[in-house]
Amino acid sequence: MKHDKIEKNLGLLMLFTMVVISIGGLVEIVPLFHINDTIEKVEGVRPYTPLELRGRDLYQREGCYLCHSQMIRPFRDEALRYGHYSLAAESKYDHPFQWGSKRTGPDLARVGEKYSNEWQVQHLVAPRSVVPESIMPNYPWLLKNDLAFADIADRLRALKKVGVPYSESKAEYEANVKEFGAEVAEMLDIQKAQENLIKQAQSGNYDGDANRITEMEAMVAYLQMLGTLVDFSQYDEGHFVQFR
Amino acid sequence: MAHSMAAKAEYNYDIIKKFAAMAMVWGVLGMFVGFYAASELAFPFLNFDNQYITFGRLRPVHTTLVIFGFGGSALFATSYYIVQRTCQASLHGKGLATFTFWGWQISVALGVVSYMLGYTQAREYAEFEWPIDLLITATWLVYLYVYVMTLRKRSQPHIYVANWFFMAFILATAILHVFNNLAVPVDMFGMKSYSLFSGVQDAMTQWWYGHNAVGFFLTAAFLGMMYYFVPKQAGRPVYSYRLSVIHFWALVFLYMWVGGHHLHWTALPDWTSTLAATFSIILLMPSWGGMINGIMTMSGAWDKLRTDPVMRFLIVSLSFYGMSTFEGPMMALKSVNALSHYTDWTIGHVHSGALGWVAMVSFGSFYHMVPKLYNTKMYSEKLIFTHFWLATIGIVLYITAMWTSGIGQGLILRAFDSYGNLAYTFVESVSYLHGPYITRAIGGFLFVTGAAIMAYNLYMTAKQGKREAAEAAAAAA
Repeated sequence: MKHDKIEKNLGLLMLFTMVVISIGGLVEIVPLFHINDTIEKVEGVRPYTPLELRGRDLYQREGCYLCHSQMIRPFRDEALRYGHYSLAAESKYDHPFQWGSKRTGPDLARVGEKYSNEWQVQHLVAPRSVVPESIMPNYPWLLKNDLAFADIADRLRALKKVGVPYSESKAEYEANVKEFGAEVAEMLDIQKAQENLIKQAQSGNYDGDANRITEMEAMVAYLQMLGTLVDFSQYDEGHFVQFR
Repeated sequence: MAHSMAAKAEYNYDIIKKFAAMAMVWGVLGMFVGFYAASELAFPFLNFDNQYITFGRLRPVHTTLVIFGFGGSALFATSYYIVQRTCQASLHGKGLATFTFWGWQISVALGVVSYMLGYTQAREYAEFEWPIDLLITATWLVYLYVYVMTLRKRSQPHIYVANWFFMAFILATAILHVFNNLAVPVDMFGMKSYSLFSGVQDAMTQWWYGHNAVGFFLTAAFLGMMYYFVPKQAGRPVYSYRLSVIHFWALVFLYMWVGGHHLHWTALPDWTSTLAATFSIILLMPSWGGMINGIMTMSGAWDKLRTDPVMRFLIVSLSFYGMSTFEGPMMALKSVNALSHYTDWTIGHVHSGALGWVAMVSFGSFYHMVPKLYNTKMYSEKLIFTHFWLATIGIVLYITAMWTSGIGQGLILRAFDSYGNLAYTFVESVSYLHGPYITRAIGGFLFVTGAAIMAYNLYMTAKQGKREAAEAAAAAA
């Protein structure tokens, strides 16, 4: 067929364009949902607790992902600086993913438990008071604002709709007990979302203020769990290479 | 003559003037926000402990204003101009076209306000929350309809090449926007939503979108602009018809494959990112096909570069297009990417495309188009020259600063001492960025100053055109 025909027929031009632009995405994206090896099977990965989830929401609100990645690459310098390279499984409950594309600040994929809660609070309120060369903004309002969590159950429900195993029925709860153990399953119960959030905030007291639940509470709870779910000492070195 | 005058009177120029004006408003504002955000990185006290203007919230404000506010409005303006002129037909549906204007402007305005208030999908260049995404979708479908219906009114059977590119851009953007923004709202009356996909699939979908925001929104559509305004300004026909056919199909096919190169060495399976890298390298050819076709169209009119500042904008834009479409495939190589990824090299690369190509070709096109819309000449040619040099010097400072900071930081972070330990802490790399960040901010400042001068020049041109029209009407009466 002469190209001339396409140039004179708008319908044909649009049809061919649609076909041509669809192929790339179909070949590269669709298989990711179907190839089982795409996400490794590892122990320990679980959905976020209500408090951690609110922290993650705040992480997005403040645009942290624009300067911090959460994706460690398999290089020697990154292993020394951050730890084991990130697995796909570790972000399988992340809606949306927060891998980032820029490191103006360091990677945060395994920042959890590296610093104390007090350090995290101080660093978020006034980064240069602990790291003089830092160029991060101060986030004093995290400590001033009370955390809004009245709609926490709705948030978990929305995430349930997109496939995160928060439980509403007894059967779903039982399935979670089997998959994650009773302690975690308890935290994933939508009915108890608010109660669980308050309980974790009070027992963790991440912001150092026992009387209030601030935004800082959620943010630090989130940062402190990042990268702590998988125990890499359980696996042989090189075990995860087969999934790459 | 009488016939062409009559046809001209039917063109809907009003909508084009509106979009062109808003492109300049968003452009100057967005570039200024970019300059401010860049200054925050150099001097963090500029965040002023104000939650609405921290770098994290301003960055999407900047990208949205310049890509969708400036770039988008410029594309609406020029595509509506080109489709009418090349089809010799008036724009279909006056009310519908006006709807696309308000739909688009309101989306951009709501978007940037919502980011400052903390509502964001937290996915780069797709930060609009779901209600705004719906408004954009509606606007875009009407745009498609207006465009198709206008093309159907064309006076001759052949569809001009610029329109192929605009058509592909409209169709691809519709697909990308819809699939990448699939999300479930927390509450039907609230802004917050969670994306449908997670983790690795979400990452791939996002960068399939993200890179094609570059490929279709910032490239294919601007090639459409180039295919009209370069031949017009040079007064010469397009160099090679055959080349335009080949590079069009190759470009629209290949771009959709390359998004995965943003995810090299991540938890994305290697087969996907390798495929993306392969297609990225092949993409060099159709990219350069477009550049060569544009530059060769000017050949034979080189003397105009001495006297015609608009030609200078166009040739520099094509040169930057060629440069950044070479740099892109190079950075898509896994070994180069290992160094460049996560650093300012990426930021520099984006800006050599966005400032050097997208903005410069838009400036040149506007300097050609706006006087025609008002049936007059540019208010000041001298100011166009001033703008040209401010913009060009600004870009060069910007890009070289980002090469310095990007490559430098990449090398610092992978350096080892003689015992095999890391030679530097992370924060030492941050200290190193200070100098380049100041240079970058200066470059950005020069660029936005040039754009502000242009806005003034265009405003005075419009005013002059209106005055001349009023005088002519008075003389006729």
